[in-house]
Amino acid sequence: MDISTLHYLILAALLFTIGVFGIFLNRRNVIVILMSIELMLLAVNINFVAFSSALNDITGQVFTMFILTVAAAEAAIGLAILVVFFRKKGSIGVEDLSSMKG
Amino acid sequence: MIAATAFYLFSTILLLSALRVITASNAVHSVLFLILAFFNAAGLFVLLGAEFVAMILVIVYVGAVAVLFLFVVMMLDVDFQNLRQGAKSYIGAGLVFGAIMLAELVTLYFAWSENQPVAVAPKEMSDVTNTEQIGRVLYTDYVYAFQLAGLILLVAMIGAIVLTHRRRPDVRRQKVADQVSVKRDDVLEIKEVKSGQGIL
Repeated sequence: MDISTLHYLILAALLFTIGVFGIFLNRRNVIVILMSIELMLLAVNINFVAFSSALNDITGQVFTMFILTVAAAEAAIGLAILVVFFRKKGSIGVEDLSSMKG
Repeated sequence: MIAATAFYLFSTILLLSALRVITASNAVHSVLFLILAFFNAAGLFVLLGAEFVAMILVIVYVGAVAVLFLFVVMMLDVDFQNLRQGAKSYIGAGLVFGAIMLAELVTLYFAWSENQPVAVAPKEMSDVTNTEQIGRVLYTDYVYAFQLAGLILLVAMIGAIVLTHRRRPDVRRQKVADQVSVKRDDVLEIKEVKSGQGIL
């Protein structure tokens, strides 16, 4: 019952699919869409660490930290935009986010 | 055996809590399940021998990002039930899209030939801890990428502050520059007062 790299890869694929499905399921709720994106980034991180362990190369873990940085920055900016938007419109529905249509 | 049991335990809880993140009707529950998912992912990283990344995941995600989410969810008074209406019509498209993506990913993984068991501890530098290994690479080969990551965080910080900072027009504020730059003649006037007449 050895756990191979394939186990981790399939787990990451399932997690990524759940993230994609979450965007479809919560199409109108920006906060849950942001959380789905975090789940997808976590799946990518699991892939990186699994390959880092399988190939015995530390570079995968270094890049996991870069992904973590970008994910944290993205969450901070996204939530800041959300707070400003809620202050202006009083709602966070995706269909209200259309005032910039050309 | 222990490692296999731990893997299945962590991955089952991870997938179940990820499902609850996207299906929970209350956004606070979503955030709490996201925290649980990240804890279990950290457990998986420990199993893979990446202790430093696991601890960073707990600190950064649970300590900062998830608390940020929780803060925003609780600060905004949003009717989440209302936002859910009409979600049913997208389930079919989402399922098809997700199934195709999952099939592609799994096909790709099975095509990958080197399915050896996971090396728990890296072989070459096994006397060096995981943290030290990362430090040796991160501050030498990837030092520019590391600096760039710091720059990204700086830009994100400034952007978040600029976006959420608001100047209220109806509040009287102290203008320090005006106060400091006041001259003597602006506030002081010397009048000659003749005796017995006053200044009227």
